[in-house]
Amino acid sequence: MQYLVFVIADEHDSTSVDRRPAISEFNRRLMSEGYWVFAGGLASAETSTVVDNRDGQPVLTDGPFVESKEYLDGIWIWNAPDLDVALRLAAEASQICDRQIEVRPFATP
Amino acid sequence: MTEVGIEEAVDRAHRDEWARIVASLVRRFGDLDLAEEAAAEAFATAVERWPDDGIPPNPGAWLTTTATRKAIDRIRRETKRYDKHREARLVYGTVDAAPVGVIEDDRLRLIFICCHPALRMEARVALTLRMVGGLTMPEIARAFLVPDATMGQRITRAKAKIAAARIPYRMPEAEDLPARISGVLTVLYLIFNEGYLATGTATAPVRAELTTEAIRLTRMLHALVPEDGEATGLLALMLLIDARRPARLSAAGELVALDAQDRRLWNDALIAEGQDLVRERLAAVAAGARPGRYQILAAINAVHTSAHTFRATDWSQILALYDQLARIDRSPIVALNRAIASAEVDGAAAGLAELERLASTLDGYHAFHAARAELLRRLGRTEQARTAYDRAIQLTENPAEAAALSGRRDRLIGPPEGEDR
Repeated sequence: MQYLVFVIADEHDSTSVDRRPAISEFNRRLMSEGYWVFAGGLASAETSTVVDNRDGQPVLTDGPFVESKEYLDGIWIWNAPDLDVALRLAAEASQICDRQIEVRPFATP
Repeated sequence: MTEVGIEEAVDRAHRDEWARIVASLVRRFGDLDLAEEAAAEAFATAVERWPDDGIPPNPGAWLTTTATRKAIDRIRRETKRYDKHREARLVYGTVDAAPVGVIEDDRLRLIFICCHPALRMEARVALTLRMVGGLTMPEIARAFLVPDATMGQRITRAKAKIAAARIPYRMPEAEDLPARISGVLTVLYLIFNEGYLATGTATAPVRAELTTEAIRLTRMLHALVPEDGEATGLLALMLLIDARRPARLSAAGELVALDAQDRRLWNDALIAEGQDLVRERLAAVAAGARPGRYQILAAINAVHTSAHTFRATDWSQILALYDQLARIDRSPIVALNRAIASAEVDGAAAGLAELERLASTLDGYHAFHAARAELLRRLGRTEQARTAYDRAIQLTENPAEAAALSGRRDRLIGPPEGEDR
């Protein structure tokens, strides 16, 4: 079962500590234990562009599709046998990243 | 066998076996919907067949076998959902012959899936009543005063999440257990409280079927984890509160406060059972265990139920227990109850002073105004008491409580104005 793991940043997050070494260490563990599929941090939400070509007239909008205090900071894709395993990993990830984490399963056909 | 005899046998089997049958089907087929539908069909078949064939010697086994066949029939009919290989494995796989201990463990797992922390609290409550308690959708909807469709959606969404997110059908890991049990206890206590002081005007003030169901489920949990102090505490708490139910409603349908209850109506058997459980926990605490909130609340209720009159209540012990509770639960509700107990120990003026400190946090809570009205009345501040009763009546959602408060307000004697302020 694959889970998309959202790392959510918000205004309250502290940014003073460099968390990258701990995250790299966590990623290595995810790989060695067989959970890791993909991971990527995202540039800030202002760098985002929304494209809407549903009418055949591409419209570009500067910024993310929802304006909110929270924004997506990065994603993981994990392979986990069930939600409890994914949630336990997410609890660790939340502490390591000092961020809220959303866990969502990929739809199965 | 008479119709009544059959009906009773089916009811009893439903009460005793529903959760176990559903749990064993969930374990075997891994599908909540299928398990529930097949179990329901098995009971429907029992209603058709038992009048002619007689009640089987082991109704539980008969129902389990029938439900398993129904589930397999369903899978055969809906082969689109399952490939042939899976069907073959299920149909010809090992027949369910698990020993009793494992079966009970199965039921506990079912409680844990229904109370999974990844589900919304109201979904956990609904799902527990449906899957573990075997209540019908309209029964649950009526209990929580929401339309059938709303309750149906909650249950459907919760089941969909269990399937799609793959919430596992297994006991949580040992380290997760204390936290998960506390979530289960919260759900059971919510069910009990909704029965004990039902909200809304369209319902009976006390819903015995809900308190009874909550007690039955908590008994089940306690039997499964007898060493868990809080499960024991919650069961004791429910028994000691429910023991007072016969005295809680007047003939006129008003809620009767503790000080005015006819204690001869209390259920002695439930009190004895609840107090035994409290004593068991007191012994464990004396041996070094740390009591949680349900155990302390149960101990408070044990003190209440061991007094033959309201005046004879050991209020200083109750006050000490509230102090203990306040150390682990800083909620203003606990502070409110402590203030009420302190009024009995140190006098109404002291209790009121303690109460007034909660005014800003509890202004929207009917029980705060009811307690305040009561103390103001005792101090002879009649007009202020009247205002406080009015506020409490306006805020309560329980019609019997509103009636009781109106009664107390209308019995206030005293000059409408000019009293000491």
